[in-house]
Formats: sequence, C-alpha cells, structure tokens
Amino acid sequence: MTTVTMRGPRHRDDPGRRRNQRRRLAVRRNVTAYGFLCGALICFAFFSWYPMVREVVLSFQRTNFVDAPVWVGLENFVTVVQDAAFGPAWKNTVAFTVLALVLGYGVPFVAALVLNELRHARAYLRLVVYLPVMLPPAVGVLLFQWFYEPESGLFNQVLGFLHLPPLDWLNSTDTALVSLVIVSTWMNLGSGTLIYLAALQTIPGELYEAAELDGAGLFRRIRHITIPQTKLILLVMLLLQIVATMQVFIEPYLLTGGGPENSTVSVVYLMYQYAFNFGNINGGNALGVMLMIVLMVFSAVYLRVSREDES
Amino acid sequence: MPNLADLTAVPGAPGTTPPSAPAPPARRPKRRGRRPRRIESEFRTAVSPHRLNSPGGRIVYWTVLVVVVVSFTAAFVFPLYWMVTGAMKSTEELVRIPPTFLPSKVTFDAYAEAWELMDLGRLLGNTALYAGGAWLFTLAVDVTAAYALSKLRPVLGKLILAMMLATLMIPPMVIMLPAYLTVKDLPLLGWDLLNTPWAIWLPAAANGFNIFLLKRFFDSIPRELLEAAEIDGATPGRILWSIVIPISRPILGVVSILTVVNAWRDFVWPLLVLTDDEKMSVSVGIANLSAQMPQNVLIASLVMASVPTIVVFLVFQRHIMAGLTAGGLKG
Repeated sequence: MTTVTMRGPRHRDDPGRRRNQRRRLAVRRNVTAYGFLCGALICFAFFSWYPMVREVVLSFQRTNFVDAPVWVGLENFVTVVQDAAFGPAWKNTVAFTVLALVLGYGVPFVAALVLNELRHARAYLRLVVYLPVMLPPAVGVLLFQWFYEPESGLFNQVLGFLHLPPLDWLNSTDTALVSLVIVSTWMNLGSGTLIYLAALQTIPGELYEAAELDGAGLFRRIRHITIPQTKLILLVMLLLQIVATMQVFIEPYLLTGGGPENSTVSVVYLMYQYAFNFGNINGGNALGVMLMIVLMVFSAVYLRVSREDES
Repeated sequence: MPNLADLTAVPGAPGTTPPSAPAPPARRPKRRGRRPRRIESEFRTAVSPHRLNSPGGRIVYWTVLVVVVVSFTAAFVFPLYWMVTGAMKSTEELVRIPPTFLPSKVTFDAYAEAWELMDLGRLLGNTALYAGGAWLFTLAVDVTAAYALSKLRPVLGKLILAMMLATLMIPPMVIMLPAYLTVKDLPLLGWDLLNTPWAIWLPAAANGFNIFLLKRFFDSIPRELLEAAEIDGATPGRILWSIVIPISRPILGVVSILTVVNAWRDFVWPLLVLTDDEKMSVSVGIANLSAQMPQNVLIASLVMASVPTIVVFLVFQRHIMAGLTAGGLKG
C-alpha cells in the first residue's frame, strides 16, 4: 500500500481522481504480481497441491487409467492391511526410526559439543564430517554394500583384524536392519553435527562465565546452560529426523529388496512395490495415506514448536 | 527477526570463524622457554579457558583433539579413501585377504572400463542437464514468485504463501505416486513427461523451502530503496532485475547450490520418471547396472559419480553450510 501513497501527493487537488488513480495502480500491481507468480502457481499446482489431493482420492478408488475410476471405499486399505508384509513394514519402519535415533540423534550433538570446544583443526573436522552428506545417497549405499560383503568386505576384514567373528550383515534377519541404519546414519550425521554446532556458537559466553563464578562444574554447565539454550533446535531436529527416517526407501531398495524374510521391508518400499511391482497403485496410495497421517502428527508438533520460536 | 546478516554470515555467531577459513593456529614466535604454548580461545564455551590451560587441562585437550581427529578421519575419510583406492586395484587384489592398504600396482583400468561399460559420459551428461535445468527453472520461477509475494503483495498473497509453505509439511515420499501419475499424464494438457527433462525441471521449481528463503531475504530489503526506483519510473520487472537480484546474491548463491546439489543427488524421483536407459541420471544408471558389473568397475563408477558433488562442496562449502543452517534453524 505504501507504494501507492507515495504517488498520491501529485494529485492531492482532486480526491476523486486520486482514488481512481490509486485503484488503477492497485489493479496494475496485482496483475504484475500474478504475472510473476504464475510460473510458481503452475508448478505448485501440478506437482505439489494436486498430487496431495489425488493421493487421498486414489486411495479410495480402483483405477487402471483406462476405464473410469471406481469408488471402492476402504477396500484398498483392507487389501494392504491384510498383506503379510504390512505388519513387518510398519514394525521395521518404526524400528529403523528408533535405531536411527539411538545412533544418529545423540551422536551428532555430542560431536558438536566436542567440536565446539576444540581450538584446532576445526575447519578440517567440519569439512570431513559433512563429506558423506555430499555423496549422492545411491553412491553411499552402494559403497556400503561393498563394505558389507561377507568375504572380502571391509567390515568383516576389520572384525577379523580385531579377532572378532565375522557378521552376516545384510544377509541375516538379525543384522540386516541394523546394517541399513548404519549406512543411513553415516550419510546423515554431518548435517546434524553442523546444525548443532551453529546453534552452540550462538550461546553467549557470559552465561558460562556466570555459571562458573557460581561454582558450576563442566557437566552442570552443559546441563543447565548448553542444553536449555539449544532445547528448541534439539526438539526441531528430533521431529525432522523422525519424519525423514520414517520415509526410508533407498536403503532397502538398493541393499536388501526388503529381505531377508521381510526383515527390512519399509512402508515406503512396500508402497513402491504395490505401485510398480504388484500393479496396484491404489494399494500404494492407501499405504501412503496411512503414512501421511502418522507423519502429519509429527509435522503438526513441529509446526507448533517452530511457531513458539517465532513468538 | 531474520535479516541480511543472518544469511550472509551463517553460522551467525558473534566471533566465530567463517566455515571456509581454517582456524588460525596460535601463531607466535617459538619461545624456547619452559612454558608450552597457550591454547587460545576466541570465544567462551562450556570449558573454562583457565582450566583448559592448566597442565591437566592441556593434556586432556590434546588427547581429545587427537582422538577426535583420528576417529573422524577413520569414520568419514577412510571409507572414501578405500573407495578411491579400491577402484585402482585389480580384481584379484580387491578380494585378497587380508586386503592391501595401498594398491600394489595402481591401475586406472577399472575407471576406463566403468566409463565405457556403463556409458558414464552419457549418464553424467544427463545428470548435468537435469541439474542445470532444475537450477534455471528454480531461480526463474521461485525468485519471481518470492519477489511478488514479498514486495508486490497481491490480493490472496498471504494465502498463496501459506499454501506453498504448507507443502514443506508434506513428506515427499507420500505424494511420490500421484506426482508420478501427474508427470505421466499431465492434467488438462494430457502430456506425457516421462523420460523428458521436464519431469525433473518443473517439479524442482515447486520448492516451498526456496520460496521461504528468498521471501525472507527480500523482506529484509529496505522499502525506500525500491520506492526510489519506482518514483523514477522503473517497472517491477526492472526493479527485480536491477536492484533486488544484485542485492540478493548471497541468498541466490545458497538457493542455487542447494538446488543443483539436490538435483544431482536425487535418486527416488529420477528412478520413477526417467526409466529409459538413455535418459537415466547417474545415480539411477549406476544402481541399475550395479549387479552386472565387476566389483572394481562398480566402485570406479561410484567414485566418478561422486566427484562432481564433492568438488562443488569443496568450492562452495560456505554457501552449502549457510543453506544447511538456514534450513535447520528455521526450516
């Protein structure tokens, strides 16, 4: 609005003309604005907004993309729930998420705490921890596939060097899921570490000085200053990580194909299989809707948390 | 209150070293005295500087430093070293037990073979085309949109912005199937974009996070600057091109690199929409052929597929980390 009032004074003699002029300018401004917006509106409409709606619609339909789609109520959901892989898929997805939290949530924070205390080699360490994040994920995953080789793979060689028995890694129902978590954590650790590090660096040094004068030791300073000061970012990262890891797909897709014995099948992987291997895209959509509902809960909490941050 | 400084100087802490600059070691003339060199602190952290420089503290500090440097190198650099050198070994040497730490005879045959057998030249070329186009589209579409939302403030602008940001809450994997169907048969137009670069370019531009970053930056450009130009008769397009874009170079750098790197690294979307051998991106192409390749050839292809992103990272570290923290703190 200010843009318009700036031009106003030129016509201050005639209020009617001035109002007209103002309206004309407003219309012109809107036309220009929508001209600028149209590319984004088209892209978002086609590739974000419409698919969101269609995801839900398709989950209640049966369609082969030749005949008109038929509304089938909850039939797709029933089909999917009765699938033998349905239970394992959810169980594995949750287990993957929890294991990834155990490995990948605390470690970056501790790493950031330590990095923040170091006075040397900081640039090197920051660079190095982020290298795996920059690899294309398919490269990282295929690299670990080689490391997991039972005979000549790096990991069993290292275990042998330490006089430990070799593991079956991807080929055993006991270790397959953990193996996927290791790859995923290795590839993602760096971003968490650097985000925490940036957050730690915003903590005012006076707080530590004051606490020290009050006689607080190192661990009490971490507990009563560092953690409260970074509480929000810790919470945000927790939610983001949960949402990201629950969508695990590429690791089972490339490394195990969901096996052995469904021990690594994930919800998104099952969704992919429904659409592209079982020829039942509506089943895939039903799974997608279920996952969306679960993840929306976390997203909603995330939204709340970041709102609190703004205010 | 985000402002220009937020994004240009992330990680935005008072007195931190910028990420690209190596931490300056305490460089002072070597004293031949009895006192060891003091560990300098640029800013106060949890550990007290006095404790750090006590004899015990110094020992602990150097021990921790060595342990961290060694373990980080082992965890993050060694696998990459193993990959690069593994591809230089012959097939027999690669399966030898115990493995050789250095290739006994360095050979680049596997690299040459990978280039030939997997047609890596084409895969890399395809990926460059997808990433480059995604970059151009994203900039053109998102910059103009963010400018309109930030400075022209049209009717319903707030709603549009909210709907764009809402897409950040939608897990991308969940809408992967309907998005695939959309690309396969574009609504209203009926075009089949599968196996065309458009299938990558157009969805890449629908990026709520870019809109968010750009709009936040444009909001911080002082109004007076643009109003002065407007009074001189500059059109909004002219203002965008001659004033807003030149000022916004830092954020444009962040958005550009995020877009290119993400397009290069993406796997799932190209897996769905570029299924033709001739059209595949490098990640999908390698994954597709991985089972048929000898181990050392596969590894060589992995090295070559990761060189571009690693080089981009080494060159644009600062922008990448700025984008990371901008996303992490406010995304």
